[in-house]
Amino acid sequence: MSDAFQITVDGRPVPVTRGQTIGAALHAAGVRSWRTTRLGGRPRGLFCGIGVCFDCLVSVNGRPPERACLLDAQPGDEVTTS
Amino acid sequence: MTSPPSMSGQPGSDPVTCDVVVVGGGPAGVAGALAAARRGLRVVLLDSGARLGGQYFRHPAVAARPVTAGFDRFVRQARALGRQARVLLRHQVWAVSRDGDLVVHCLAPGGGAVTVRCRALLIATGAYDRPLPFPGWDLPGVLTAGGAQALLKGDGVVAGQRVVVAGTGPFLLPVGAGLAGAGARVLGVFEANGGLGLARHPLPALARAGEAAGYALALARRRVPYRTRRAVVAAHGERELEAVTVARLDRDWNVLATRRIACDTLAVGYGFVPQIDLGVQLGCDTRADVDGSPVLAVDGAQRTSVEGVWAAGEPTGVGGWRLAELEGHLAGLTIAAAQVTREAGAARDGAQVAGQVPEALISRRGRLRVFGQALLEAYPVRPGWQGWLRDDTLVCRCEEVPLGRIREALRLGATDARSVKSLARPGMGWCQGRVCGYAVARLAGEPPGPPRRPVVQPVSLGTLAERPQPLSWKDLP
Amino acid sequence: MPDVIVIGAGVVGAACAHYAARAGLDVTVLDRGPVAGGTTGAGEGNVLVSDKEPGPELDLAVLSCRLWRALAEDAGPGGFEYEPKGGLVVAETPEIQRRLAALATLTAAHGVEHTVVTGEDLRGYEPHLAGGLAGGVHYPQDAQVQPMLAAARLLGHGSVRLRTGVTVTGFTRSGDRVTGVRTDRGDLTGDAVINAAGTWGGEIAALAGVELPILPRRGFILVTEPLPEPLIRHKVYTAAYVTNVASDAAGLETSAVVEGTPAGTVLIGASRERVGFDRTTSVPVLSRLAAQAVALFPALRDVRVIRSYCGFRPYCPDHLPVIGPDPRAPGLYHACGHEGAGIGLAPATGHLLAQVITGRRPGLELSPFRPDRFEPALRPDRFEEPA
Repeated sequence: MSDAFQITVDGRPVPVTRGQTIGAALHAAGVRSWRTTRLGGRPRGLFCGIGVCFDCLVSVNGRPPERACLLDAQPGDEVTTS
Repeated sequence: MTSPPSMSGQPGSDPVTCDVVVVGGGPAGVAGALAAARRGLRVVLLDSGARLGGQYFRHPAVAARPVTAGFDRFVRQARALGRQARVLLRHQVWAVSRDGDLVVHCLAPGGGAVTVRCRALLIATGAYDRPLPFPGWDLPGVLTAGGAQALLKGDGVVAGQRVVVAGTGPFLLPVGAGLAGAGARVLGVFEANGGLGLARHPLPALARAGEAAGYALALARRRVPYRTRRAVVAAHGERELEAVTVARLDRDWNVLATRRIACDTLAVGYGFVPQIDLGVQLGCDTRADVDGSPVLAVDGAQRTSVEGVWAAGEPTGVGGWRLAELEGHLAGLTIAAAQVTREAGAARDGAQVAGQVPEALISRRGRLRVFGQALLEAYPVRPGWQGWLRDDTLVCRCEEVPLGRIREALRLGATDARSVKSLARPGMGWCQGRVCGYAVARLAGEPPGPPRRPVVQPVSLGTLAERPQPLSWKDLP
Repeated sequence: MPDVIVIGAGVVGAACAHYAARAGLDVTVLDRGPVAGGTTGAGEGNVLVSDKEPGPELDLAVLSCRLWRALAEDAGPGGFEYEPKGGLVVAETPEIQRRLAALATLTAAHGVEHTVVTGEDLRGYEPHLAGGLAGGVHYPQDAQVQPMLAAARLLGHGSVRLRTGVTVTGFTRSGDRVTGVRTDRGDLTGDAVINAAGTWGGEIAALAGVELPILPRRGFILVTEPLPEPLIRHKVYTAAYVTNVASDAAGLETSAVVEGTPAGTVLIGASRERVGFDRTTSVPVLSRLAAQAVALFPALRDVRVIRSYCGFRPYCPDHLPVIGPDPRAPGLYHACGHEGAGIGLAPATGHLLAQVITGRRPGLELSPFRPDRFEPALRPDRFEEPA
């Protein structure tokens, strides 16, 4: 695996350094929120950054939502925001 | 319809995997695992992360090594551990139960259920940031101090361009210095308490002064203001953080005056919450630490009140990485000693086990604990923060419960955090009260209690329904 | 001095207090913990008529179901999440389906509405149900409430005084007669004392020198992540649930009970075992509940459990609650031992007891629920008519 690759967020490319989490890659690319809350529709992105708060839930490659801060980005990952 | 699975977890149904399982790959877990493995025990270390290190020794997969104090030694320990024990990364422990053996229930990478059976368990699960709620704290761009640090250390990502650091405790210094050193414009580090109030413990303070002074110097060199008795009491923005309100506080953290600072990122933290879920599941006794946090009670040998269960590091009281590493080491030694005693068929005697630990280590642990307690005393959370909240300020981010609903629950007859939770749902969501637990307890007028979380990590129903795969030592990598 | 002292601020105590207050009585409620801190706080909020065979408990349930609806209307929007969503009992085999339909025909005579559903039509009720089920019965009167909120709202009646954190340590007596309670905060006298201590009702009774054989029957519930769209519309359970409820076994019994909540989560029960007050989580029990839920709703396979909790149902050997005056201790009334049906049966319990305390004739015959029915010499099967 090369040390630099891309993933996509809603089809838009985002650069990744190997070993970065999806949450970190999105945050670094200026994408600060990628879901909204059920009741208030409030935007959510990284908060605790270490898997505790579940704010950063994200759907990758169509899977059920996972914590973006714990998920190592893989080349070609497709992230969909809601 | 499929029939229910056969009962798993019956005594003796699976052979034991190893002598000791260590949960957590930070300084305490690695030191403990290594000490036990070097004395001939079969050790499995489990960690949810992709790399060993925990929070303090978090490091990137590629790129330059961090400048974290103690890091080189940690890397040597981790390498040695890789040769002498089985290290299972990306394994999330969701429960520990007991049926004679201790059974550690994990989710392997990809989500499959596995169990690791052992005779001894070392809980070295660390701690996470303790946030306090304030208006706007759920805006994207507001991060915990530990979150900003994790981005920097683990991913090489600078959390923002114009950053404010706020909260309480010495941890704010490395966070501010790290961000400034990595190119962020740090607009201020705001300490809600009165600064290094360590006069009552001058000796340990002096011993550690070098580190704090180093960070302070780094901040000064980059012209980052460090102000005490200041806090961020509100965050502003439409869809993201655009500005914060910084208040000047009195001793109890009541607001005296405010000003607004435009910024894109806030890193905020008010100390740490020890992660003790697994110990509580097993029924280990807890005690209230200096700051009121529930922690696992341990004896001089790092043993909890439950037979076969040890704990080290922050779960026994927040005290920093040096203390964590030492406690982990002591736990590893006493686990090995207990094993020898058991194999010899001798009666297990606490004093005997503890007696096999070098006196110098015990007195060093004592000194480090004194220092850790002194820090907790110097950087308490004062009650004035409750005055920063408005009725519509979210207290629980997951279930979106504002302060007003918590107050209503108290009016309806809730008298403690648990009944507030029943009536208004704070802490019922995804994070299970890890983020809001402290605030909800204090709003209910009590110190935070031991967390009751029978399911520590989310587990899919399909996985839970399956019979987990019992790991055997010879199959481990 | 209050007219009525209620021991226990769970949903049954709250309903007793509420109806007594509505009858014009001055009521004080005492609880050693907070509101709904015991079994109420561990309940799913079931208001069911579908899980009972014809008999006194069914009559109580039918009355209660009507009263819950009325209470919800009174409470208005700031209520307790009353949701008349209906129950769907499903049958795995044609034989079970025949028995379910026969039971429904019997209970219809007691006022229970139902529709028999064929296997093909089940997905019209629940689109995500597993295939291969023989059929089911739909019960439109089944409902759900948020039990803690319901208890708290019922206690909100103006002439109810709530005192939490007060532990009852004994009773004051005048001869045989109970004249009030002793507590760790002093004595309190009242004309009537209602024991609504749920699973701990036997201990309270013992303080008055009378015996109530109430035992804890543990149950676990799994709670899933909140789902963006509701997956399950009704309370759905398998026919095995009915037989497990009525069983006397001490060992573990489980049957799938699955339902969505207004918060978006799915609740999964139900396990029953008599193991005392042991709160230790049993992973095998959780595993069985998960397996049964996935078997019923395969779409739940990828849905994650984020929490589980347990509670202790107040179990009486004959599965009937204890409701009414205690002839062994005049002035003491009982309203406890509802096992897993306490939320559902609470309003009827409170309503009937208020009638008795105010000297009226209760709307339902209370003799099957008599507190002294467990005394060897007084077993009701020895009497044609209640004393």
